[in-house]
Order: sequence, then structure tokens, then C-alpha cells
Amino acid sequence: MKEITSMSAIAISEKIRNRELSVEEVVKAQLETIKKREPLYNCYITIMEKEAFEQAKSVQRKIDSGEFTDSPLAGVPVAIKDNICTGGVRTTCASKMLENFIPNYDATVIDRLRDAGAILIGKVNLDEFAMGGTTKTSYFGITRNPWNPEHTPGGSSGGSSAAVASEEAFLSLGSDTGGSIRQPAAYCGIVGMKPTYGTVSRYGLIPLASSLDQIGPLTRNVSDCAAALEVISGYDPKDSTSFNINKYSYRNSLKSDVKGMKIGVPKIYLEESLNDDIRSCFMKALKTFEDMGAIIEIFDMDEIRCSVQAYYVIACAEASSNLSRYDGILYGFMAEGYEGLDELYKKSRGEGFGYEVKRRIILGAHMLISDNYETYYNKARKIRNIISRAYAKAFEKYDVLLSPESLNTAPRLDDDNSQKKKEFRSEILNASVNLAGIPAMSIPCGTDKKGLPIGLQLIGNKFDEASILRAAYSFEQTKPYMRPSAIEDNLER
Amino acid sequence: MNSYETIIGLEVHVELSTASKVFCGCSTRFGEKPNTNCCPVCMGIPGALPVLNKKVVEYAVSTGLALNCTITKECMFDRKNYFYPDLPKAYQISQRYSPIARNGSIVINTNKGEKAIGINEIHIEEDAGKLIHDADNNITLVDYNRSGVPLIEIVSEPDMRSSEEVLAYLDKLRMIIRYLGVSDCKMQEGSMRVDINLSVRKAGAKVLGTRTEIKNLNSLRAIARAIEGESKRQIDILESGGSIIQETRRWDDSANESQRLRSKEEAQDYRYFPEPDLAPLAVSDEMIDRLRLLLPEFREERIERYQKEYGLSYYDATVLTSSKKIADIFEEATRLCNMPKEVSNWLMVEGMRILKEKEIDPWDMCLTPNRLSDLILMIEQGKINRTQAKEVFEKAFLEDIDPKAYIEKHGLGMISDLDTIIMTARRVIDENPQSVSDFKRGKTKAFGYLVGQTMKAMQGRADPKAVNEVLQNLLK
Repeated sequence: MKEITSMSAIAISEKIRNRELSVEEVVKAQLETIKKREPLYNCYITIMEKEAFEQAKSVQRKIDSGEFTDSPLAGVPVAIKDNICTGGVRTTCASKMLENFIPNYDATVIDRLRDAGAILIGKVNLDEFAMGGTTKTSYFGITRNPWNPEHTPGGSSGGSSAAVASEEAFLSLGSDTGGSIRQPAAYCGIVGMKPTYGTVSRYGLIPLASSLDQIGPLTRNVSDCAAALEVISGYDPKDSTSFNINKYSYRNSLKSDVKGMKIGVPKIYLEESLNDDIRSCFMKALKTFEDMGAIIEIFDMDEIRCSVQAYYVIACAEASSNLSRYDGILYGFMAEGYEGLDELYKKSRGEGFGYEVKRRIILGAHMLISDNYETYYNKARKIRNIISRAYAKAFEKYDVLLSPESLNTAPRLDDDNSQKKKEFRSEILNASVNLAGIPAMSIPCGTDKKGLPIGLQLIGNKFDEASILRAAYSFEQTKPYMRPSAIEDNLER
Repeated sequence: MNSYETIIGLEVHVELSTASKVFCGCSTRFGEKPNTNCCPVCMGIPGALPVLNKKVVEYAVSTGLALNCTITKECMFDRKNYFYPDLPKAYQISQRYSPIARNGSIVINTNKGEKAIGINEIHIEEDAGKLIHDADNNITLVDYNRSGVPLIEIVSEPDMRSSEEVLAYLDKLRMIIRYLGVSDCKMQEGSMRVDINLSVRKAGAKVLGTRTEIKNLNSLRAIARAIEGESKRQIDILESGGSIIQETRRWDDSANESQRLRSKEEAQDYRYFPEPDLAPLAVSDEMIDRLRLLLPEFREERIERYQKEYGLSYYDATVLTSSKKIADIFEEATRLCNMPKEVSNWLMVEGMRILKEKEIDPWDMCLTPNRLSDLILMIEQGKINRTQAKEVFEKAFLEDIDPKAYIEKHGLGMISDLDTIIMTARRVIDENPQSVSDFKRGKTKAFGYLVGQTMKAMQGRADPKAVNEVLQNLLK
């Protein structure tokens, strides 16, 4: 038998439901793998060992009494990005600010996972408050890429992607504000989806930018992704921005058939300074789709050119407000040795936040002062509307849009500044999707010369996750599963 | 000295009396144990999200309609960002860019006659928690029960010219809101809070002077004093050649003066932007029409009707409707006992006297229509006399007391038993032979004395008519 932790989520759940494996055996195996690999990869901030065994017992009891027969995640260990609130378990946002924050409630996605019989195995690393693309800004240390530990797993959901790729979890939840699920999924050779804004409840997600944030799954294959999305999605009266539409069976869209599917490729993506390996891999992917009977067309969509600028204004502005509550009074690290209220605020925030977080808070606050509101924030909102309309127009013609997920593969961890500018530009591939509130996913489509994974981005129309899942599933059937063999080699070192 | 004109506009915060808070399901009850009416949402626990209470929107729209405003059909909420320990999220959800209602007006009455005061806007927002300073231990505590309690802020145009007009405006505003039933508007409990914007200019000048904002006004008296004080302060500055600085001032009522809180330069930039956690709020025409139909009968209409329906004088109808609570008691008690004049008299004479003497808000009176009607019927049936009834009325007005039970318990009822009266009268006759012989010699005055003595012996609880008859019979 294949090693337990190497199997897919739905495969392991089926074995559990067929009584071939007990939930406890799976949890035990998962914790063993975590203990073996964690010293190198550092995916987790908090491992929920005790809670996991307790959950295992109760889930097993329910399975034995005939529950969870159609629950694709029953008994499956899941890792949770540490910006999603778990009642009674600390939720740090990878920040000193929330080092000791223990929420008194569960996020809605956590409720849904529990209701589906999934096992919460631990809380995984991220860039501090999800700000960054490397997971290097975490207060809890860097996370390493399972394909090559000298490289970043991406970010901000770097712990989520590395845990799934290193088989330290069957699947994970991440959050995506401007690519934070898709880019680390691409860097780690796994599947990551950012659903349509409003599909998954944000209740309990510690916000970065409320109008852009969306929770989504990171998995090892498209089928797991559909199953996880089915569990976590759906209307939540506690989130006023969640959509009141019927729950959709995403698993039904897993059909290997793209014949006649109209696929658009925005030209602007190809004009970016793409790494050669990525370009050729992307072209091969287009060819694969064509071979399967899809119709590929390259088209102009220049409206998204300003998406990075608009994204930064909106994301920083909202973040500056969302992060104001960490002032040392009710929430957040409280500094010592202050005189008066103002100094308490300044010291607590000055000492509690890392550099990148402070940079964005200052930028955001600056852009919101009344003299700047029109120049920055309102202009960004207008650009946002233009981008939304451009996508809406594109989807009148195409079922799915394709682009490379990033301009480069995972950079080295010690690669500091040279990458920064390119990374920034790389966000054009991701951020416009969040601005438009549409769904997108990244699936692996090959590796570069160094053996690092390359991601393919599939973008869909609002609430049309079905089309991108179908396209992704079809594409996946043409490729063998990409497992990072390094996860075993590295342990021998 | 030059003559000056004072220009005043008001910002009035009114706490809405919905059962639950504006963005969560917590209770809004006043006076509960600190930090018990709280949840992740109103405590601003990271990750929690607001959900708008529909009732709050209805209350705000109704108020807008009652104040003759235009209702904003597509409205949004905005975040007002600032740091303070009573504000858990470090921002207040408010409405900066599209308030729920705009461009209204109400008519006030003063000695100079009627005057329309413009309403600039009404917006919905959430209240903050409350700081409690413990001076003994030199610490500050925070109670978040009030955090998230719904408020509307009613911003007037700078249309008022004197404290008299301001008080008339506030009185009218409070009356309308209480008739609507959307708030109890109690200044002492903070459910109605008033900030004043005031400037002065030379009589006849066209341009407005620089204004100051005055906060911390806890009573109508303080408001009147603050207006007089601030006008004088500004005029004195101008008269001595100085100029007014735009600033926020805090009224110190015990010192009878205002102190500078912060200047315009020191004022915070609240970095308003649209609240991304709430979807835009659409107010439908259907909702507006429905709420318009549900608007209650206001004071003016009741004054009319009371004159027609109950034959009351204009004056009586005016006094009875001065508070919705009294007007409602009047109508319901009248329905129960069918004696409008009696009900009106009790409320007008005794009721108004108690309100004035005890300085209480009609909103706080305990009397119910049932109890007033019972009391009146007992008088009518001779079960209690008027003197006693007054005592019982005052009790039932101020406390939660049932007149029937109270009269029984304290033995206040009339003694209608004839034997008791006869026995007492006989004793009085025996004890006063002089008066008896005076009476028999034709001194009518002596009879009155005997009646009085009998009444006295019965602690006034006998029907004077019955005592009269009994004595006449006995002395025949």
C-alpha cells in the first residue's frame, strides 16, 4: 500500500469510510510525517495534536454509526492558515502582535470542516498578516519549499502550500487577497483555488483587505479541490458579503471534456517579462488544450494594466483600517513602559508589527486622508470598476481565461531585492482577479530547468467555478502527478 | 456696543430603542452588568463581521419621513477611523458619503411664533463603549455593553438664533421621536446627546462667522447656559478686536464656562472610506411607502381630534399631548371608564403637578391606563373619597402600585357600613351634649360641628352624605 500520507484527500476519506483505515490511524500517520519533516520545512505555527486525536475519536464514532457517507473529507487531516480563527486554538497571523491571541469562536469555514468530519491538524505559517509573497515576513520563521528547501514556498499562504506539497497535510485552507493562494500553489506544484468573492464565508478570517480577501483550498489534485470547495462554500448569514445562491455540487463538474470550450488568453500576460521556461511550458499547455478540442484565442485586455496600482491602494487602505484594532488595549501585543495612551498605542504598534505590515499601514492611512481620498482611493475604485467590466466583457466571449500563474518559479530564500520588482509585476497576473471578484485557480503544468514547479492560472466568470474545474480536471488527466521527490531525499541529508 | 446675531446648528445623537444592536444580535438594554451584552462582533474580535439590523434601517427611515426628509435609496456605510479605548475596532461604522436621509425640516413654536428649522441629514452609526474612570485606584475601565448600540445623528441646518429656539427645536424633535416610538430620548441616560455649533455675526451681516463646536452638554439647562456663555465669549473676543478660532470646546456646567478641547488643526482626519464588510443598502420604494403609512398620529393631529372626539378645550388637548405617554394614557383610560373629562382632570391637575414638583420625565411615570381608570371608577362608586384618591394617584403615578390592592392593604376605602356610622354618631352625640342642645335650640352651626367630629372619628373614610342623614335621624 502507498504510504498513507501520500494519498489524496478523497482517496483517504474513502478508505476511512470503507473501514480500511481508522481515522486515528490516519491522524497518527499524519502527525508522524509532520514530526519527521517539520524540522526542515517549518510549515506549522501550531500543531493541534491533542485536539486532532479528540476529533478523530468523535468522527470515527459518527462514521461507525452511519454518518458522513457522502462527506468527501470525513476523517481527513486539514491544515489551516493561521489567519483563520479557531476557537480555543491560538490564531497568530504569523505576527508578534497576535502571538497569544486565542479566539473564542470558530470561523464559519472551520464550522463547515468540522461538520463534514474533517480533522483540524494544525495552523500553518504565512507572511505576517498575509502581507507578502514569500512567507519570509512571518514572526515564526521561514517556511521552505518542499521541491527545494533553498527556495521559498511562496506566500502569503506559504505554510498552506508547503504543508500540502510535503504531505504534512492532505489539504489546507489559505486566503487569497492578490494571489496568496494561487502563487504559493504554483511555487509548490499543487492546486490552489481562489473562489468567486462571496462564495466562501469570510466570517472568522482575520482580514487583510475585506473587499478582496477570499478563503480557498490548496490540494494535491483537482478532485480534492472540488471536494474541499464543496464543503467550505455556501451562504453564511454572518457574512453580509457572502452570496445567497444555492449550494453547488462542484464535484459534478469534474469531467474530462473541453471540446468546444472557448479559452481566451489576454495578450498582456504574454507581454510580461516571462521566464523562458514558463513561457514554453505555458505554450505547451495551450497546445494541450487545443489538442483536447478547446478553441484558443489571444485577445486584447489592456484595461487590466493598472490593476497592480489599484490593488495596492485598495489593499493597503483597507488593511490600514482592519489592522487598527491591534493597539494593545483589547487586542494585540501591549508594550511596556509607556506614559499615556498615545505612547501606549505607538509603542505597542511599533514593537508588535513587522516592517512590511507597518509599511502598508502607513501607505494605506496616507492614501485615505481626506486630501488624498479622491486622488488615490476613489480613483482606484474607478479603475476597479473598469477592470470588472473588462472581465465581464471577456466572459461574454470565453468560458475560461488562461495565463501563467507567475512570471518566475519560486525564488531562492536568500534572493532578496533582485526579485522584488518582478514579483510586484507578477501580481498583475493575480491581483486583477481579486479586484474583479472572479474565481481563479492555479494547477501545476510542468517544471523549469531547476526542477521547480510551474503553475497555470485558469480564470473563470463570476460563480462559474464549474468551468475552470472542468478545464483543470481535463488538463490534469493529461499529466502524471508531480510529487516532489525531495521530501524524502531531504530527510536523508 | 454693536448688536450681534447668534447662529446655531445642532448635531443630535439619538439612541434607537431596538431590542438588539445595529450589527449583531446582542441586547441593547441599559444598566446591565458591564460587558455582559457583548459578542465577537460588537467586541471587534478579529475576523468577526457586522450584519445590519433591518429594524435600525426602518427606524431611521421612519425618523427621516417624520422630519420631512428625502430618503436615500442607495446608501452605504463608511468607516470612521480613530483610536480610542472605547472603540474596539478602532473605527466606527457610520455614514459619511450617503446618509440615509437628507433635506428635511420641522416647525418649532416660540414666543415669536412659528419657524421652520432645516434638517441637513440623518445618518446611522454605532455607539462606542463607555469609559469608567476609577479615581481611587487611578485606573480606567471599559464597559462594552453600549458598543454597537444603534444611533442616528440628526444634523440641523444653522437655522437657530437663540437658546429659546434651540430648546424649542429639541423639544419638538424629542416629541416627534417619542411619538414615533424609535427612542426614549433620555438625556440623563445618554440616549439623546446634543452638540452645538455656534457662531456670531454683526446684525445684518451676510457671511457666517467662524464657528465653534461645544460638547459635553448633559441637560437642557446646560445647553441653554452654554449657548449664552459661548455667544458672550465670542462677542467679547470680537469686540476686543480678536478673532474666533475654529475649535471644539467642552462645556463645564459647574464652572459655567467652556474650555478648549482641540483646534481645527488638531482635529483628527478620520480617513473615511466605504465599509467593505457590508453590502450597499438598498431602501425600496415599497419599504418607504409602508413606513409612511405606519407613521403614527402626531401631536397636532391629536390636539385636533381630542377637541372633537372628547370635547376637550384646546388648552387641555395641548397639555395632554405634550407627551405621547400621557396622551396614550388619556386615550386608553378614557376608553376603559368612558369619562374623558375626569381622566383629563386627573392627568392635567394632579399629573402635571407631580411631574413639575418631582422634576420627572413623563416617560418615567409608572401610572397605567388601567389603574387610572380603576381609581376613577372607585371614586364614582363612592368607594373612596377625593382626598384619599389624590394620595393613591400620586403613589400609582410614581411607583408600580395597583390602586385597588393599595387601598385594601392600607384600609383607605370608604366605610359604607351604616351600623358603624350610627355607632360612631351616637358616641359623638354622647360626648358633645353642649352642641346637641345648641342644635336643638336652633343653632345650625352646631350640626356642622357634629358632622365634622363624626367624620374625624372615622378618619374621613365615611361618606359625608350618609353621616349627615344618620345625624339628622338621631337628633330628631
